[in-house]
Amino acid sequence: MRNIDVAEVTKIVRDSVIKINHHLGNSLVSLIKKAKENERKEISKSILDDILNNQEIAKEGNIPLCQDTGMVVVYLEIGREISLNGSIYDAINEGVRQGYSEGYLRKSVVDHPFDRKNTKDNTPAVIHTTITEGSKIKLKIASKGGGSENMSKVTMLTPTEGIEGVKKLVLDTIKYAGGKPCPPIIVGIGIGGNLEKSAIIAKESLLRDLNDEASDPIINKLEKDLYNEINMLDIGPMGVGGDTTCLAVKINYYPMHIAALPVAINIQCHSARHTEVII
Amino acid sequence: MIKLNTPVSEKDIEMLRVGEKVLFTGTIYTARDQAHLRLIEEKNPAFDLKGSVIYYVGPSPKKDGFAIGASGPTSSYRMDKLSPPLMERGLKVMIGKGDRSEEFRKEMIKNKAVYLIATGGAGALLSSKIKKCDLLMYEDLGAEAVYKLEVDEFPCFVAYDIYGNSIFSKS
Repeated sequence: MRNIDVAEVTKIVRDSVIKINHHLGNSLVSLIKKAKENERKEISKSILDDILNNQEIAKEGNIPLCQDTGMVVVYLEIGREISLNGSIYDAINEGVRQGYSEGYLRKSVVDHPFDRKNTKDNTPAVIHTTITEGSKIKLKIASKGGGSENMSKVTMLTPTEGIEGVKKLVLDTIKYAGGKPCPPIIVGIGIGGNLEKSAIIAKESLLRDLNDEASDPIINKLEKDLYNEINMLDIGPMGVGGDTTCLAVKINYYPMHIAALPVAINIQCHSARHTEVII
Repeated sequence: MIKLNTPVSEKDIEMLRVGEKVLFTGTIYTARDQAHLRLIEEKNPAFDLKGSVIYYVGPSPKKDGFAIGASGPTSSYRMDKLSPPLMERGLKVMIGKGDRSEEFRKEMIKNKAVYLIATGGAGALLSSKIKKCDLLMYEDLGAEAVYKLEVDEFPCFVAYDIYGNSIFSKS
């Protein structure tokens, strides 16, 4: 057994939420730069320029990229040979509490659907746990904003609707979303499992490396086809039209019931803030 | 590019055309969902709605040495049904992000008001155009309270003008 002090988890979560909210990842910045070079519409180019300048200002001032610093989502993988000296969920939430206060991040979580009282420390995080082999802990940490999350959805297609059905659903969802989720977007799609599993893997697909491609050939082709078709929609940065509607499409899948074809579409704004840490 | 001082006049509104970049200088006010609900009921708001500019934003906390935290726009569609009563009382400019409903556009044109967008997610960049931020109403709403902002050449694009045009692509 390997002993891990949960205080270490708290520190990692604290540092991570501050870092991801102040600094956009390098691979994302490269993608936005490339999109700007290829963008033909003037106003759209200038919006992409704003986004690039914004991340410079945030980095220099150590201030948040966006005022919506999100609700924290953690995909937690715990090796079964690990012994913890306390609750890892409490440790993660303590990290959120410290990070959101010390990093000048907005507290955007309310406690009740109708009372809507702010919890004042951005807790609780949404945590998905998997037990793995070995003696390591992996934390995939994201700050997910409300605007793009609001344009996301789960739909239960029927199996015979197939690839064309999935494509239509994705394109319709993105058309409906228009400029609301802050395009250029990253589109995370979860296909299979059941109602909740599709949503969980859709969000997890957004945490994949931006340059990584699906290994399954059918899924790989679907990622590429959708990327091209979404960018033909002429939604453009902030919905003003242009060549740049999405920066990447990621699809994760899972086995499903013979009667089902669940599809979850999780939309991520251009300010994709996440990181991965292994203890 | 057009530079406008606040409050704005009807003449200013008539001048604005879709896609045009506008730099606002002067006083603007923040309000989101909850503040709208309360402003609608408010008999004597702490600011004059006539010719006013409302910016849909809930800033992040400010750091020492800064006037305000990150201050990018939030999605405007959530305010579609809440805007008409304020436009009827003189609200002239709304700044947010994303497209809005047909009903909103009709009301907006009827009231000779305009809707502009600021670059969503550019909270750090936009905060550098805000020189002063004072809490004005509804302190209990935190980031969603009404703040009075002094802005200097705050950049936006006209999204809907009074002539029925829209900046958003038709798809």
